[in-house]
Amino acid sequence: MAAPLTARELRGKLDYLLGPVLSSRRSSAPLAEAMSKLDRPAQDFMLHWIEVIDRSNYEMAFQFAAAAPAALGSFDAATAEAWIIHAMDVYDRDGLHLGAQALRQFEAFDRQARETHAATFAEHARVLELFARGLAGRRLRLDTAEDAGTDTETLYLPPRIALFPDKADNFAVYRILVALLWAQGRYGTWQADLAAACADYADPARAGRLLARLEGMRLEARLAGIYPGIARAMNRLRGHAHDPRCAGLAAANATVADSIRLLGRLYDAAEPPEPPWRFSLHAGAGAVRAARLQRERSEFAAALAELIRQQPPPPEAAAADDGRFSIEAGAPSGDEGRGFELRLDGQPLAPPPPLARLIESIMQDLGEIPDDYFAAADAAGHAQRDDAAASGEESAEPGQDPGVHYYDEWDCRRRHYRKDWCALRETDVLPADNGFVEAVLCRYRPQIVRLRRSFELLRGEDRLLKRQTGGDDIDFDALVEGHADLKAGMELPERLLTRRLRNERNLAALFMVDMSGSTKGWINDAEREALVMLCEALEVLGDRYAIYGFSGLTRKRCETYRIKRFDEAYDETVRRRIAGITPKDYTRMGAAIRHLSAMLNRVDARTRLLITLSDGKPDDYSDHYRGEYGIEDTRQALVEAQRSGIHPFCITIDHEARDYLPQLYGPVNWTLVDNVERLPLKVADIYRRLTT
Amino acid sequence: MASETVPTGTAPRDVRPLQGEARIIKAEPYYEPLGGEIALFEAAHASRLPVLLKGPTGCGKTRFIEHMAWRLQRPLVTVSCHDDLTAADLVGRYLITNNETLWVDGPLARAVRAGAICYLDEIVEARRDTTVVIHPLADDRRMLPMEKRGELLQAPPEFLLAMSYNPGYQSVLKDLKQSTRQRFVAIEFQYPETALEEAIIRKESGAGASTAAALVRLARMTRNLKDNGLDEGASTRLLVHAAKLIARGVPAAAACHSAIAEALTDDPEMLRAIDEFTASAF
Repeated sequence: MAAPLTARELRGKLDYLLGPVLSSRRSSAPLAEAMSKLDRPAQDFMLHWIEVIDRSNYEMAFQFAAAAPAALGSFDAATAEAWIIHAMDVYDRDGLHLGAQALRQFEAFDRQARETHAATFAEHARVLELFARGLAGRRLRLDTAEDAGTDTETLYLPPRIALFPDKADNFAVYRILVALLWAQGRYGTWQADLAAACADYADPARAGRLLARLEGMRLEARLAGIYPGIARAMNRLRGHAHDPRCAGLAAANATVADSIRLLGRLYDAAEPPEPPWRFSLHAGAGAVRAARLQRERSEFAAALAELIRQQPPPPEAAAADDGRFSIEAGAPSGDEGRGFELRLDGQPLAPPPPLARLIESIMQDLGEIPDDYFAAADAAGHAQRDDAAASGEESAEPGQDPGVHYYDEWDCRRRHYRKDWCALRETDVLPADNGFVEAVLCRYRPQIVRLRRSFELLRGEDRLLKRQTGGDDIDFDALVEGHADLKAGMELPERLLTRRLRNERNLAALFMVDMSGSTKGWINDAEREALVMLCEALEVLGDRYAIYGFSGLTRKRCETYRIKRFDEAYDETVRRRIAGITPKDYTRMGAAIRHLSAMLNRVDARTRLLITLSDGKPDDYSDHYRGEYGIEDTRQALVEAQRSGIHPFCITIDHEARDYLPQLYGPVNWTLVDNVERLPLKVADIYRRLTT
Repeated sequence: MASETVPTGTAPRDVRPLQGEARIIKAEPYYEPLGGEIALFEAAHASRLPVLLKGPTGCGKTRFIEHMAWRLQRPLVTVSCHDDLTAADLVGRYLITNNETLWVDGPLARAVRAGAICYLDEIVEARRDTTVVIHPLADDRRMLPMEKRGELLQAPPEFLLAMSYNPGYQSVLKDLKQSTRQRFVAIEFQYPETALEEAIIRKESGAGASTAAALVRLARMTRNLKDNGLDEGASTRLLVHAAKLIARGVPAAAACHSAIAEALTDDPEMLRAIDEFTASAF
């Protein structure tokens, strides 16, 4: 084993690595001193990681260097690495302060790593989210917070639960918490103003805690009525008897008002015992609920107005002021999910699924659809009818989220993903009216004719299979021969039928086109020309295809641009969008590949092709995407796509064969087009070869 | 090849009729009406209109048609459509015997001749060109042209064409052509509401009231996940399967895992989530 480095040698290295965060008042001497006591492998391990962390943040690297000597004393190598990755994840997500704190609290990390019986939010997040969705029927987000609670749209759960020695029991507490938090919205905890109810007490915070516990008991009883399994788990894990003073809360008709009344009686008495599933009443819940009610009310009005527009005009009698809509809550069968029937002019009407979900959601909050909701809807309907022609376009659904997608990114130096690192938005390419497509069609007319002809040959043609044992029709050639055989004393052969074989091309192709600034000029023109030729050819073939552009500026603004969706026809709009493709910013390719391959995977096809068209290296402004990091992330994204069953194929436009290409595209097929002028013909040609 | 399903439990055990059109269902198939669908179907039959049954899988479409066949006392010919089903599979084809060709009627032709109810199950699974052969049969002409024989079959008044269709697949490929669907009287099926679904489960499986109630709760939770990880929620049929297992003494968790969770998904986390539903509902 090599001799350990001395404090002096280490100081030199640390000064170099941590230079930007050292100063006259903060020297590397104490770090070097502590480090010099480690053996050589540990020193190398530290230096390696300081260098890696440096690339994210110098201060994090400094904090790491400060904490590591002590931490490495108690960790094995694998735990140490997990600790670093954990801290870097925290840094990525929550910033420097919490990241540095995670580094300093290595003992806590070590203790948690040893608590193998603990259930963590991270490992159960998806199951819990599905569970919540199953209970609620509307989407509830899940997130972590030290205090469990809910604002009625997000359920906050503790990041880990280690109350019981058995892992399954700790998970059961998660499940109980999810059910209780959901029940707050379902059983009307927020129908009273809880802050006002607690405000009059000497210690409103204590009153709030107590009220949360009382509500907890009320909701436990409500849950127990419907979900015997949850009740059993609660009885097993509660660890104390029911408080007899609170027995009234278990009644099926107890409401939040009963809890508030009981709070008045118990405030000065001994507190009832606390169950393992402690939660607090979230201060912001009232506001969130009010905002949702407001939003859903206007969505409801808009949806009903839309329904009215689709219906024939009302019969004279019903056109009076009396509202046309009514809703009939179904017989309260059982305790959950009361059904409902929407009626228009007294006739039952099946609401479209989005409206049904909306009604369900409103009924969960309010227990009914109040009459004034319909008044608003009728008014909206009348208004819309008055200027029906004008409002045709504007009645688009309100409140549509612009839709930000988050994608992990591969950090080759950490050998780990950065969680939800890239924010990606999807926008439309602005159609341009510049006659570009017509010009291309004109210039390349002979080539396009040839191209279409060569693609026609690929079209899935029917073939007649002869001499089959089973089929639709008789193969007379075979029959005549067979008959001769029969006369000659042989047996009649079995293969006497014809069968039509339909050769269906069941494939979907997604083209992703580089719209980074570096394509400006020739390459952009060539790309657009290539897309026109490609569309002309693919229309002959009838394959399903979509075209998206991509670009971006830093991880927070990755963008894909819709040029043609799978379900869109190659029409004037698409042609104008192709003409409107303009160079944008940088090439953060990984996020775009992840987004588009997820989209491609939702298409129902036997073969899925992802074809990228780009110039040169993946690149982005700052945060180190340039170079190795970007290449490795892109490569990883392609590998992920391949694993999910997509066939990626990469076309690079470059004048010279760069040495990084084999590394970038290593696992997938790729080709280099060195002559930009030939690109338009080349792309269609490549596609033809790929799909035969 | 077109297959004929024979409803089990309604035919004598030792006889397995191959020709559905020659057999009339004797015992009443159990069916709980959801609304006015029985009257609607009877009216369509009397008016000689074809019927399209829409609805998710396992909600009772096939059982309904069996029930109606019994109620109208018509034979029932069921064709389960698949993506290789050709027009010849429905209409008929020539076969060759030793010295001659022999015409064999397909199930659709046999149903027309017998004045039966012909039920094309999951019609969208069939090839698109196949659906066109039913067009002249599905409008007021009510004729089945048999090109190869040069024969034109006129459907008798008792004949009824019915088909089922699951709009939930939402695939562009699996959509019904307008020219086809606009010939049919459409009856929509949904999962029955809570009390009715519990009653159906109890009747079909012999399970107790509490088991049935828990199963329906479980089904509701899975239906909430439709389009959020599940393509479909648990159907009434799956609930009946689970209830039958439970009634035979299989523990509820195991029965629901096998009959419901594994039937709905392969995704390990989704399986766990459904198991958690079971653990909560029972």
